[in-house]
Order: sequence, then structure tokens, then C-alpha cells
Amino acid sequence: MSARLIWRKSLNVAMLSLTGVCVLITVSVLFFILGYLVYNGGKDLSWNFFTHLPAPVGEVGGGMANAILGSLKLLLLAALFGVPIGLLGGVYLAEFGGRTIPFVVRYTADLLNGVPSIVIGIFAYALVVMPMHHFSTLAGGVALGIMVIPTVLRNTESFLTDVPPSLREGAFAMGANKWKMVATVVLPAASRGILTGVLLALARVAGETAPLLFTAFGNRFWSPGWNQPTSSLPVVIYTYATGPYEDWHRQAWAAGLVLLGLVLLTNILVRAFLTRGTAYERT
Amino acid sequence: MSSAFPLMANSGAAAASSTDRTAEHTPAMTTSGANTLRMKVTKINFYYGKNHALHNVSMDVATNRVTAMIGPSGCGKSTLLRTLNRMHETLRHTRLEGEIALDGVNILTLDVTRLRRMVGMVFQKPNPFPKSIYENVAYGLRINGHKGRLDDSVEKSLRRAALWDEVKDKLHKSAYALSGGQQQRLCIARALAVDPEVLLLDEPCSALDPVNTAKIEELLFELKPTCTLVIVTHNMQQAARVSDSTAFMLNGDLIEFSPTGHMFTTPSDPRTEAYITGRFG
Repeated sequence: MSARLIWRKSLNVAMLSLTGVCVLITVSVLFFILGYLVYNGGKDLSWNFFTHLPAPVGEVGGGMANAILGSLKLLLLAALFGVPIGLLGGVYLAEFGGRTIPFVVRYTADLLNGVPSIVIGIFAYALVVMPMHHFSTLAGGVALGIMVIPTVLRNTESFLTDVPPSLREGAFAMGANKWKMVATVVLPAASRGILTGVLLALARVAGETAPLLFTAFGNRFWSPGWNQPTSSLPVVIYTYATGPYEDWHRQAWAAGLVLLGLVLLTNILVRAFLTRGTAYERT
Repeated sequence: MSSAFPLMANSGAAAASSTDRTAEHTPAMTTSGANTLRMKVTKINFYYGKNHALHNVSMDVATNRVTAMIGPSGCGKSTLLRTLNRMHETLRHTRLEGEIALDGVNILTLDVTRLRRMVGMVFQKPNPFPKSIYENVAYGLRINGHKGRLDDSVEKSLRRAALWDEVKDKLHKSAYALSGGQQQRLCIARALAVDPEVLLLDEPCSALDPVNTAKIEELLFELKPTCTLVIVTHNMQQAARVSDSTAFMLNGDLIEFSPTGHMFTTPSDPRTEAYITGRFG
């Protein structure tokens, strides 16, 4: 073998190993986190964790039922605020916008997507907490809802523009006007993708802590209705993990595991949903 | 091409009617509405932006006859077809000048929803909606406000499209479970469900195999007594087989419009002859 060939072959091996190692690192970070969470949080997970309120410091047992319920309530509100706005905005961009307005809206949505979540929290604080003079589930839901909007918007738009033009033509040829065409043909055809996007957006904000710190705040007890401060999984994790007590740390690990489990479950469900194929035939 | 000739008996008279309104009825043409004009295109010019796609085209569409449009790609035949139910309006920067009449009424003055119910359309590639077979056929009635069950209309339309026997046991299955040929007949059934007077077909067989093409052509014959058909085709044999009169287009001009029998035996324009004998296109 000539020196040149040896050089080429070793370069090939070197690059291949380098890219391989990077892939391995990426994948292993997730598995490391997952393993560490299961190892540290798994042993503190029990039925009580899902059904009981937090126990006072020093007492054994207790759970985070209020935080789990609080997180679910916050996500419900986020969906109620953010999904309709993102969805209808996406429909506008894909179906009704001209050239300039969608460009500006898209750009704005991408910027909004990049706004640090703590800033969104301040915004919701000014918008909801200040006028109400107290923290509330409502305020937290608004903060998370704002974070959901750009993701749902862009995702809806892209799934709508993927619907083949032949379906639109078919609807027009049947005498449908534009709105009927969108509502009866295009939206149903894209519904699976849109729903996927909504679930992924919600899964993403489920782990947000910063916007909740001064909107939903926190609560050691149940939070009835929507008008009072509420506990939530990410904030509890933050409080417990930075607290001084050993059993708080263990509970934080368990809460982390529950949160990650929820997000992972959503992701897997979404994947399973998507691989069933699109509603229309691709060509 | 030989298959064209058995069909010529009526076509001469039918197409004569399209050029001469006062032509006498022949005894064979007793179907109601025969020998009249369903649509009349008068000196239309069409533009895609600055591109002048149709030049001063005038053409008649005889009632309950099959009118074919042939010509090489880009000659404007699909464009002309699309102006007949104003489908061009779904594209930006298009402009139509001239007049198109449906039963004597200028279609530009009609409500576009009403027009498209009277002038239905079937496309090159089957485009069933992502719904069940039943809901595909019911679509035209649904968007006009019909709720609930439409079993009778759906069955009638599927029978007219010669699809009923193949799908009657799976009406609520997805339309995508059907073969390409069945999907195209479903699209025809969907268009027929609102009882159009005219059905426009834009190369309806170009995505189908010969067996399914033959089925669609057979279907056109069955529809002829009740529906006026306008078909764009790339396939000259098909035009010869199914149509009563044929329009030959080239570069946006209507070169020749005559009874199909004349067109394929004694074309009057040298360009028509060159095209149908395969010297270009």
C-alpha cells in the first residue's frame, strides 16, 4: 500500500469514529439522565406519591398529588389559551395569507419561540398577576399558553401546506368556497399531524419552570379552582432539589422521573400515532 | 382508430348542431335536449399573468354529447376546460376575457358555487377526499347543507358511475382502499351526486391502465344520454372512440373544431392532419 492510500484509509477511520462517538454521546446523555432518574427516583415512587399531599419535613411518606394535578391543570389551561390561537393562526398563514403578512407573522412566531421562558413569565406576571394582585393557576396557564402558540402555529401551517393541491381543487370543483374547502377537506386531511404538533408542544412546556415561578407560584396544599396559587411538578422539583433536606432531594428525583415519564409517554404515543400514516395518499 | 367509425352515425349530426343551430333533428337523435347547445364559448382570451394562453377561442358544446379536446402539451386545452366552470379563478393572476354561456346565461354572472354544481369536474389524477367512500359521494350534498343519511343519492350516483357493485359492501371504508381506476370512478360519482348538467373531464384516464381506461370510456357512453361531457385527452384514439365532436388546439389557438368523424378522416387544416398522423406532438 502506498503512503497515500494508508493516509486516506486512516483518515476515513478517524472521521468515522469521531462522528460515531458524537452520536454515542448524544444518545447516551438521554439514557444517562433516564437511568440516573430511575435509579434515584424509582425507589421513592409509590402509590402514595400519586395520591397524597406532601408530608411536613421530618415525616416519612407523603406525595405530590397536588403538584401532578396542578401540572395537568396548567397544561389544560395552556391548551385552551394557546392551541386555538396557534391553530387558527396557522390556518390563516397556510390558506388565507398573501405574501408579506405571512412572512412577518412567521418571523415573529419564530422570534417568540426563541424568547427565554423567564421573560414570558414576566409578561404573564404583568398581564395577569399584577391586575389580580395574587398568583394563580390562571396566570401560569396563560404563561404556558403563550409558549405553546408559536410551536402550534408553525406546525399547523406546515402540515396544512403539505396537503396536496389536488384535494383543494377537488373541493373547489364541487362548489365549496374557500372556508368550506379548508374546514371539510384540508383540516381533516392534516388533522393527525396537527394533533401531533399540539401534543409535542404541550409536552415541551410541561417541563417549564421559570414562567411558573412568579405566576402559578407554588402551594403545599390542594389548589381549588383556577384562582389560587398552585403547585406544579417542575417548580416542586426546583424547590425540593435546592432545599436543605435529604428526603426532599429524594422526592425531587421521584418527581423528575414522573415528569419525564409523562413527556416520554406523550412522545411515544405521538410517534405511534404518526407512523400509522397520513390521512391522504402521498405520491 | 378503426374503433372510431361505428360511433360516427350520430356524431355528424351532433356536431353539425354545434356549428349550425338550425340543423334538422335526425331520427336517431330523440334524446331530449339533443341538437341544442349546452355551452357556448365566444371569443375568449385567457391570460396567466402576462402569458396569453388562449387566443380568441370560440367553441360550442352540444347538449348530451361528448366533446373532446386534443392537442400537444401546453396547447391550452386544459386551460379552456377549466374556464368552463371558472376553476381558473382558484389561481392567482389569471384573467378571462370574452363570454362563456351555459344554457344561454353568461357563467361569469352566476354564483360560482351554483355554476360548479351545474358544471362538475373530474381531474387527471384521482383525488378522492380522505373520507369514506360514502362521504366522498355525499360531499357535494353535505356542503350544500344536507345533514344525516343520503343513502339513496349515494347509491344512485355510485350506480351511475358503475361502481356500486364493487363498493356496496364497504361504503364506510376509506376511499384510499380502492384501486386507482375505482378511485377515478368514485370521483366521477362524487361529481354526479349533485346532478350536474355538464361534466368536465381533464385527462381522466392518463393515470389508469388500459382495462380501467376502457371502463371509464364505457361509462362515458352510459352517461351521455343524461349529461353533457367535455373531455380533454392526450390520447387521440380515445378522442376518436368516445367523442362526437373534437377540438384540436395548438399554442392557444383553436385550429379546428369539427365532428370527430371528419376530424380523423378528412381534417381541413394541414396542422390537424400533421398532429393526428403523428408528425408532431
